[in-house]
Amino acid sequence: MADPIIQMKNIEKHFGSVIALAGVSVDVFPGECHCLLGDNGAGKSTFIKTMSGVHKPTAGEIVFEGKPLDFGDPRDAIAAGIATVHQHLGMIPLMSVARNFFMGNEPVKKFGPFKAFDHEYANKVAMAEMKQMGINLRGPDQAVGTLSGGERQTVAIARAVHFGAKVLILDEPTSALGVRQTANVLATIDKVRKQGIAVVFITHNVRHAMAVGDRFTVLNRGQTLGTAARGEITPEALQDLMAGGQEMAQLEGSLGGTV
Amino acid sequence: MSDVQNTDERIKETSRLRQALIRPELGGMVGTVAVFVFFALFAFDSGMFNAQGVMNWSVVSAQFMIIAVGACLLMIAGEFDLSVGSMIGFAGMMVAIFGVTFGVPMWLTIIITFVVCVGFGALNGYIVVKTGLPSFIVTLATLFILRGFTIFFPQTIERKTIIGGIREAAEGDWLAPLFGAKIGKPVFQWLGDIGVIDTFQRGNRLGEPVVDGIPMLMVWAIGLVIFGHWLLTRSRFGNWIFAAGGDADAARNSGVPVNAVKIKMFMFTAFCATVFAVCQVMEFGSAGADRGLLKEFEAIIAVVIGGALLTGGYGSVIGAALGALIFGVVQQGLFFAGVESSLFRVFLGVILLAAVILNTYIRRIITGER
Repeated sequence: MADPIIQMKNIEKHFGSVIALAGVSVDVFPGECHCLLGDNGAGKSTFIKTMSGVHKPTAGEIVFEGKPLDFGDPRDAIAAGIATVHQHLGMIPLMSVARNFFMGNEPVKKFGPFKAFDHEYANKVAMAEMKQMGINLRGPDQAVGTLSGGERQTVAIARAVHFGAKVLILDEPTSALGVRQTANVLATIDKVRKQGIAVVFITHNVRHAMAVGDRFTVLNRGQTLGTAARGEITPEALQDLMAGGQEMAQLEGSLGGTV
Repeated sequence: MSDVQNTDERIKETSRLRQALIRPELGGMVGTVAVFVFFALFAFDSGMFNAQGVMNWSVVSAQFMIIAVGACLLMIAGEFDLSVGSMIGFAGMMVAIFGVTFGVPMWLTIIITFVVCVGFGALNGYIVVKTGLPSFIVTLATLFILRGFTIFFPQTIERKTIIGGIREAAEGDWLAPLFGAKIGKPVFQWLGDIGVIDTFQRGNRLGEPVVDGIPMLMVWAIGLVIFGHWLLTRSRFGNWIFAAGGDADAARNSGVPVNAVKIKMFMFTAFCATVFAVCQVMEFGSAGADRGLLKEFEAIIAVVIGGALLTGGYGSVIGAALGALIFGVVQQGLFFAGVESSLFRVFLGVILLAAVILNTYIRRIITGER
């Protein structure tokens, strides 16, 4: 395989006296789906916020396409090709799909000194991109609020891909979804990966991770517990790693291994 | 998330009627038609629809429109400005104190007034975005601060709270006519001569038409409505206004400069208030410390009647302009119809409540909440 597109080396992040990340190293290759697993409070969100330029790491190095990176703010990361689809979507329900799709990246048409939002172009592209992802919209002016949770995630992913994301960070895209919608989102992830985009898929659901992941990294209490490739690890072992082993085993026993 | 279970098939059942309902201007359009029909039926012979009458309610509506445009864009961006009324009083008083008391040339006075007032708008916005406090509280503070100054300065300097002589001070100035003049005078004279509009039958204006031109106030109102509508619906910045009010965090994540958008909208609101104030003092020739009282609420009511959501992210400048028109027509129309003017407030409360309920319903349709 080629060189990793992004390498996070020994990333540390402290918030005052709290050590959220204590030296986390992860690398992601183009065209792979790298699953980042961890329980609540493991530091997943902090880690991806560091990756996407929201937080500056207290220590450690980020290497993007072979060069060390120092993002000032999320816009730098977006410009470089690191796009994040957030847990809370980043979609605005009251706005139309087309307006959401181009939010922050509005296409403009010039009329002399005036620059107007190019609605025609925006509508056309948004419709085409949605169709490609398997969502047929009633129209480009359909409000995002009328879409289902899975469809919204898909809009967000399609948007990131359209704007040239090389690394796509998905923050728990399936956590609030039903079964069929989850399947749709996972299928979208698969499509995106096949386009050669590096996907970082954050989840605490081992089954979702196993469905699309190429490699798996488990975070626990701000540290990595190692990275495993597909086939090297069983879902049970991942689950144990996430929960920190012991207590989970006892719980599982009482629940008959259903968790 | 409550709407997770919605599937495509069920969503698509929305009827055309419901789709038409989610246009933000709808309430304003229906209201405008209703109001005109009502007054055409009950006050047609009262002089409300002759040239003078039309000018009467048009000017009042235009006043509301000017401040409604600013309030509308700010509300869509997710914030309020309660200091609009005080800003009007303050700006008018600045014109009087600089232009009359200190004898500063009127054009310079107007420029200073705009700079200071828009600066206060920027300060409002800066405090709101930096502290994260509700704009309601921050601008409530500004409301009192500005009103206090509006009374304090003329009291201290001139020992009175109304300063006149502005028209004389503006005589021959090059910038003042932009706010105080009337345009189209020859057209109206001609309309008077051919008998389309009445002319004065006696007195020192004998032969002049009763309506002798369109005041700049109305030109500003129409210009601001067109500008605001274009900005909101046809520009890139407009998308940012919607985004900032719809969900500031989501907008930030997409790279929208939310803080800058909000501060600019506070500045624009202050700009609109200042336009109102300067037009008003040019017309009256004086500035009073109590000018602009309650205007902030009237602006917000016009905006809400126009279909904007109080929570931000949704609304229309055209709707707000129609809201202002309804406001002006009803306020003046009740006078023409000979209805006790205090009932206007009753009407206002009722229509505000109806508009808010309708808007909440529309919002549920759009977002699929229930």
